[in-house]
Amino acid sequence: MSKKVPELNSASSADIAFLLLSYFLMTTTMNQDSGLQRRLPPMPAKDQEVQDQKVNRRNIIIVKINSQDRLFAGNEPIEVSRLKDKIKEFLLNPNDDPKLPEKEMKDIEGFGQYPVSKGVISLQNDRGTSYQAYIAVQNEIVRAINEIREDFCRANYGKAYENLTEEQQEIVREAVPQLISEAEPKDVSQN
Amino acid sequence: MAKFGREGKKEVPAFTTASMSDIVFMLLFFFMVTTNMRETESKVMYQLPEASEVAKLERKDLAAYISVGPPAKYLQQQYGTSPRIQLNDSFRTTDDIRDFIAAERESKSEADRQFMTVSIKADQDVKMGIITDIKQELRKCSALKIMYAARKSTN
Repeated sequence: MSKKVPELNSASSADIAFLLLSYFLMTTTMNQDSGLQRRLPPMPAKDQEVQDQKVNRRNIIIVKINSQDRLFAGNEPIEVSRLKDKIKEFLLNPNDDPKLPEKEMKDIEGFGQYPVSKGVISLQNDRGTSYQAYIAVQNEIVRAINEIREDFCRANYGKAYENLTEEQQEIVREAVPQLISEAEPKDVSQN
Repeated sequence: MAKFGREGKKEVPAFTTASMSDIVFMLLFFFMVTTNMRETESKVMYQLPEASEVAKLERKDLAAYISVGPPAKYLQQQYGTSPRIQLNDSFRTTDDIRDFIAAERESKSEADRQFMTVSIKADQDVKMGIITDIKQELRKCSALKIMYAARKSTN
């Protein structure tokens, strides 16, 4: 009969594992980074004349936030809660109002012809605007665009945007572009 | 009765603790996989603004962080309470952003550099002036992909 190997006492291995666990709990973070993603316009080259892009007046809506966090859309004061509907109306232009942006028939690959709105949202803020108000306005604009995209998806694919394939999402993004221009900093305090 | 007489002598079998370490190790691996190391100590206090349309940052390893907010409580005697910019581990000014972005770019692999996102973590009460300065500086060094960090609102 061979000698019996004494059993290893494993009672303390749990303690060791707990120690390691507590170490990782303390040194690591679990917070997910989330936020509003944007693309800044490139800086114009120094020798290049600053020329205003020729945008038809009807194709642009100017959203201004002044230093008192008051919001103006298209030169009239507006509540943040009503901004979404205003932006949606501006981008959709359901009745082809000549004051609202024109649409351009665009050939989208894999989808066909679709009238794409040429509307651009120009966001202007003052140096004294609070960040919270700025993000709230940004959020409302994104929400308006997301809702239009969602309607487009339902009408054409019968599915929610997140359930579409990569190519279909690309088509939706092309049909309903997110054109937000964060203009050169301007002093809008006089408003 | 003899049947019940023996009861007092019966010993409760020892609780096996051998599997406990396995359970704890499982927990440990879960935390190791789902979390990431805290890289920098936050010297500014920020309460992120709320937004409902937030998107997740896809590649965390390709992110550079700029924090803006009033200095943390224990630093307020030294630095005051006006909002400051924190890059890496120290308070900096907007002039340092160029070097910071260059260094961050250098640390990413060549193929991924174009996907680098600058995440601006700013306190909800800071004024846009400081944010605008940062944005202008980022445009100058053509770090155009940015993200305004925000909390997902509950409603």
